[in-house]
Amino acid sequence: MAHGDNSKEKVVYVGDSRVRRGSGFITPPDYTAYPGKSEAFIPNFLLKEWMVGVVVLVGILVLTISEPAPLGFPANASATVIPIPDWYFLFLYQYLKLPYASGDYIVLGTLGVTGVAFGSLLLAPFLDTGRERRFYRRPIASSLMFLSLAAIVYLTNTAWTEYKHEMAETGQIPEDVQREEKAAENRAKGLPTSSAVKAKEIAIVDKDDPAMALFKQATCISCHATDLKGAAGPSLRGVGDTHDKEAILKIIKEGQGQMPSMLDAATGAGLSDKDIEDLAGWLAKQKSQQ
Amino acid sequence: MFKNVYNWIDERLDITPIWRDVADHEVPEHVNPAHHFSAFVYCFGGLTFFITVIQILSGMFLTMYYVPDIINAYASVEYLQTKVAFGKIVRGMHHWGASLVIVMMFLHTMRVFFTGSYKAPREMNWIVGMLIFFVMLGLGLTGYLLPWDNKAYFATKVTLEIANSVPVMGPVLKELMQGGTIVGAETLTRFFALHVFFLPAVLLILLVGHFIMIRRQGISGPL
Repeated sequence: MAHGDNSKEKVVYVGDSRVRRGSGFITPPDYTAYPGKSEAFIPNFLLKEWMVGVVVLVGILVLTISEPAPLGFPANASATVIPIPDWYFLFLYQYLKLPYASGDYIVLGTLGVTGVAFGSLLLAPFLDTGRERRFYRRPIASSLMFLSLAAIVYLTNTAWTEYKHEMAETGQIPEDVQREEKAAENRAKGLPTSSAVKAKEIAIVDKDDPAMALFKQATCISCHATDLKGAAGPSLRGVGDTHDKEAILKIIKEGQGQMPSMLDAATGAGLSDKDIEDLAGWLAKQKSQQ
Repeated sequence: MFKNVYNWIDERLDITPIWRDVADHEVPEHVNPAHHFSAFVYCFGGLTFFITVIQILSGMFLTMYYVPDIINAYASVEYLQTKVAFGKIVRGMHHWGASLVIVMMFLHTMRVFFTGSYKAPREMNWIVGMLIFFVMLGLGLTGYLLPWDNKAYFATKVTLEIANSVPVMGPVLKELMQGGTIVGAETLTRFFALHVFFLPAVLLILLVGHFIMIRRQGISGPL
């Protein structure tokens, strides 16, 4: 059991801040020194705490069953979706949209106010050093906290209202709802209900075009492979979906990302300017949908 | 039987003192809701830990199905959600637990703040607690991307843009988290590693510190 007043153990756990700090050393009396109502942690209190835990657990399960975790459609960079962070980041998100926390003042937004707010929260014990613990006797600390709480509530609410408004204005429905509806519809029709993207192999367009030979001659194949599926470089099958002839020509001449300019390599391999243009034109024809 | 096993181990390793340090202590009246109902505010810390345990357990089960790559991540989550027995429940618990742990932790922080419990001699425990808060937010942020649906993708893009706007450190920080020039395959694996290995490891270390300190110092006295 807990250590009594005459405990001989070196470490006496359970301090008590009710004891005033005096000049001399006081052996901190433990809670058993106060009559009556303290209780052993194990098993008495832990069992009571477990009951509270069970109530919370049931709460989570009820939430889980009534509101399944949302899942939208697979990530697609060209989708039009209004970005929204998880709810507990909404206040920060909204705050960074304020005129003096964004644009030219973005540093003030990200480092200035946010840094000071979170920094002072982190260092609260060293800023609020008084002995007083009751919040109504610590007007500065308490009012700053109340102010922050009010700001958080206000910003969160504004962010959510604006999001809802924007969704309504653009006529968008949350994707998880759309996915559920689509799946239900397909289920009723006996169709597959999955929204996952299935990898489809894209065919080479005009494989017999002379440009295919140029492609090999110009050493493109060393990175993009003979079947155009890519190796060190990306796959070029379906490259025409995202790049037109001009863009491809530009990449060949100037490089892009890790790819250096290939103009010298191509001319060195005996391609004329026209050959290179033909090659780019042929690559631009590589579309996934005919 | 149990006693014999315990004694057998205790003879060799002398575990009783360790057990007493961990578990054998009294709970004072002023934090016990059985005596003063208003003391329920002292439950929030324990509940935060309880939900953290739920998060760890449900997360472990989720990793049995989840595949952290951009082609299969969504499909694996969809499979988990629609096909796996109780998958919906386990994912739901992880999803709702993620929100509730933030709520509980927030309430716990407010209790500690408004009862002035962070004052001497408990300053270090407050700081560790705040670090736990930041790690939890990090877990929320990294976990949000993992289903790899549009909501996750675009929210992460915005987050990384915000990180990018921090002067000097920003672009480095963004590239470190993003693992390249776009939000893509590397971002997903990085967020997965952070969410499943790095941050939980840091969290557990901080929690151990939090609990050792609370046992050393005891809970703050009544106001």
